[in-house]
Amino acid sequence: MSALLDVDQLRVQFAGKGRRKATEVLHGVSFDIGESETLGLVGESGSGKTTIGRAVLGLAKVHGGSIRFDGQDITATSQRQRRALAKDIQVVFQDPYSSLNPAMAIGDILSEPIVQQGSSSRDARARVKTLLDQVGLPSDSVDRRPQEFSGGQRQRIAIARALAPEPRLIVCDEPVSALDLTTQARVLELFAEIQERTKVAYLFISHDLAVVRHISDRVCVLFRGDVVETGVAAQVISHPQHIYTQRLILASPVADPDRQAERRRERRRLLDQQPTVATA
Amino acid sequence: MSITVIPDPADQTSSTVPRRSVLRHLLKDPQAIVTAILLIVLFSAGLLSPLIAPHNPNAANLDAINAGVGTPGYPLGGDESGRDILSRLLYSIETSLISALIGASVALAIGLTAGLVGGYFSSTVRNSVEWVSSLIMTFPGLITLIVLLPLTGGDYRWTMLILGVLLAPGTYRIVRNLVLGVKKELYIDAARVSGLRDFRILSRHVLFSVRGPVIVNTAFLMGAAVAAQSGLAFLGVGAKDVPSFGLMISSGFNNIYAAPLQFVWPCICLGLITGSLVLFGNSLRDAFSGPRPKRPKPVHGLRVADGAAPEQTPTSSISAHAPVLAVEDLRVSFPGTKGLREVVKGVGLTVAEGEVVGLVGESGSGKTQTAFAILGVLAPEALVTRGSVRLEGRELVGLADSKLAALRGRVVSYIPQEPMSNLDPSFTVGSQLTERVRHCLRVSRREARQTVLDLLARVEIADPQRVFDSYPHQISGGMAQRVLIAGAIASRPRLLIADEPTTALDVTVQAEILDLLRDLQKEYGMAILLVTHNFGVVADICDRIAVMRSGEIVETGTTREVFRAPAHAYTRQLLDAILEDDDSPAPSAPADRLVEVAR
Repeated sequence: MSALLDVDQLRVQFAGKGRRKATEVLHGVSFDIGESETLGLVGESGSGKTTIGRAVLGLAKVHGGSIRFDGQDITATSQRQRRALAKDIQVVFQDPYSSLNPAMAIGDILSEPIVQQGSSSRDARARVKTLLDQVGLPSDSVDRRPQEFSGGQRQRIAIARALAPEPRLIVCDEPVSALDLTTQARVLELFAEIQERTKVAYLFISHDLAVVRHISDRVCVLFRGDVVETGVAAQVISHPQHIYTQRLILASPVADPDRQAERRRERRRLLDQQPTVATA
Repeated sequence: MSITVIPDPADQTSSTVPRRSVLRHLLKDPQAIVTAILLIVLFSAGLLSPLIAPHNPNAANLDAINAGVGTPGYPLGGDESGRDILSRLLYSIETSLISALIGASVALAIGLTAGLVGGYFSSTVRNSVEWVSSLIMTFPGLITLIVLLPLTGGDYRWTMLILGVLLAPGTYRIVRNLVLGVKKELYIDAARVSGLRDFRILSRHVLFSVRGPVIVNTAFLMGAAVAAQSGLAFLGVGAKDVPSFGLMISSGFNNIYAAPLQFVWPCICLGLITGSLVLFGNSLRDAFSGPRPKRPKPVHGLRVADGAAPEQTPTSSISAHAPVLAVEDLRVSFPGTKGLREVVKGVGLTVAEGEVVGLVGESGSGKTQTAFAILGVLAPEALVTRGSVRLEGRELVGLADSKLAALRGRVVSYIPQEPMSNLDPSFTVGSQLTERVRHCLRVSRREARQTVLDLLARVEIADPQRVFDSYPHQISGGMAQRVLIAGAIASRPRLLIADEPTTALDVTVQAEILDLLRDLQKEYGMAILLVTHNFGVVADICDRIAVMRSGEIVETGTTREVFRAPAHAYTRQLLDAILEDDDSPAPSAPADRLVEVAR
């Protein structure tokens, strides 16, 4: 069985300004995602995790390697191909404040992609009601504007927009990082529930190991534009092989004073033995 | 976190922002109403001039030469050729209106299209549009119009059309800059992912977000066109048979000794039209930016409600064993749409010497406002309605800002959440720190410089001299936070208030910063009040914690107690929401093994 999304030796450069040289932010990244699977991409700032998501979405230009979706090469797509792909690949961004147009009512935000896919506006209206119901928002939200909702509610609207065309893959770029702890837990539950029902696959990008561990089947650990470790989530996080993954795990604090003290000692010991690995 | 208060969700839903009705806002603005009425009256008079003007504007009557005001049939008198001034005024308004419409619409049509295209599409398109725009801007406006006179044949309408082209780069610049900003918004990316065509994204998402400034700009464009047309006519450029304010002012000027009033009428009319256009434009701008809360006079220090200031304790009664910080029944309110809204509702908190206390809560819980109240840096409109804040036994509430300022940076220091935005990008790190050290320690520049270098070394910066000479953009976020910590500990404060000091940082950097804070705390014996939402950070560094929810502290206790046996339901709810990674490397897995694996 071939994978739903197959990324092979992906390279992305950012153009330099003026005479400055272009910088390569991804140096040949490979991974794949199966049907209704969740792959967690974890890494710190500058690791290129967001760029990978943007490349899959066609928002960043690819300089090398290939991206295949369902067997079809989508490395460089025309606008027309991208429109067709919009039905299958969707996105939920990190910032629930900037990802919804403040000038549009929720109903219009949600029906726009549905109408774009060729439905009549009346069908779209009906579908919007179902979508709102699916993400747990009242149906009278249709006439309201994004600024009337809290961060968690806005993220639910963004999820509903992603679900609208019944996609097979959703790229989730730090979708819960801007949310409070309790809201975060509820939104993650929603993601899991949607996957169970619709069999959608997630490319779940996050800097938070706990979040990635919680939602992913497999994880990819990124460090400065390279994948340093891939594997089953529980395996990678409990038995990290790569030194960077170990450091990353030991650096994230546990919410328990005694275990955290232990983890801190552990981390110090690792650092003392491996002082050469630079991070910041 | 910034100073803005995030209202709690309940409040947000009840006071839903009404749809920004620009029209409704305009109707409440007296300036908009007066200027709109003036413009409507003047312009309709101008449009109706063929019907209501008593004379042909160019018909000369020898009897009416320099006729005074109130001459029968000539209410405003006649000019030096015996033409009716009132009729000429009415026709001049018409001329102005047509000029305004032509000039503004040409400038808008070109500027808006160029701005949308130039801002949205690739850099090649943008650069070529930019080049053309810059070329047009190099033309000297009035001179170009005069030089092109043979082409326009003196017809002011053609002149206005060219003026529109000359004005277009201004509109283009405004639109392009707005589009460049909007293009970065994630909803544009989302629309592209949804497969929307560029034209639809431009017309639906982009155009809509730039409409406000464009409409405002239109009012100014119209004013500019009216002024340019009058100016040209005043200089005597263009056809003489079309009545216009410029011509009238010019002839009134020449005739000023014979009939001084002649020159006043067109001036009043022209002034009213351009002034009204500009003022109406201003009102429009205000309407688009939405209702602005009235800002009270900025007052520094803690603005205290009448009678809320507690008695100042006489210095003698201060006990030697007073906690470093004691907050009692602190209440902070912000003026809202429905009277005062309390964001801190009676907070009580103590921090003993050398103790690390975590103030934990979700967004909108009032934890940052509590910290700001202790520092005396609340937003100017905030009001301390009750309570006391004692720093080493000294009451801060009701203290003048000059005295608070003396404490800030010496007895109490602060580390913010966003290290970068707390460093001035136009000065080197070293000069900013030196200034601070000189202020706090009152030492010479030379000594301060040495102290700063020592401090930078103390916060484990590998190359202090290089960082000293760097500008903020040249260092990383983690480095910037170290720099701010160095500044905060310069005066060896008794209390350090850290507001989410690691939230903006990567976990590996966060761990390093927490290690540093722990070491410094031990070395200096200072107390730390750590404001955070992260229970991992709390578990790592805090001795005691206080849990806040909607302005109240619901639970306090030692960190171990609260984690082991949370007493309050809300604390339990928060702890339950933590995503446990139970199968993380257990303490039993020795680090040696991990390292071996890494090799």
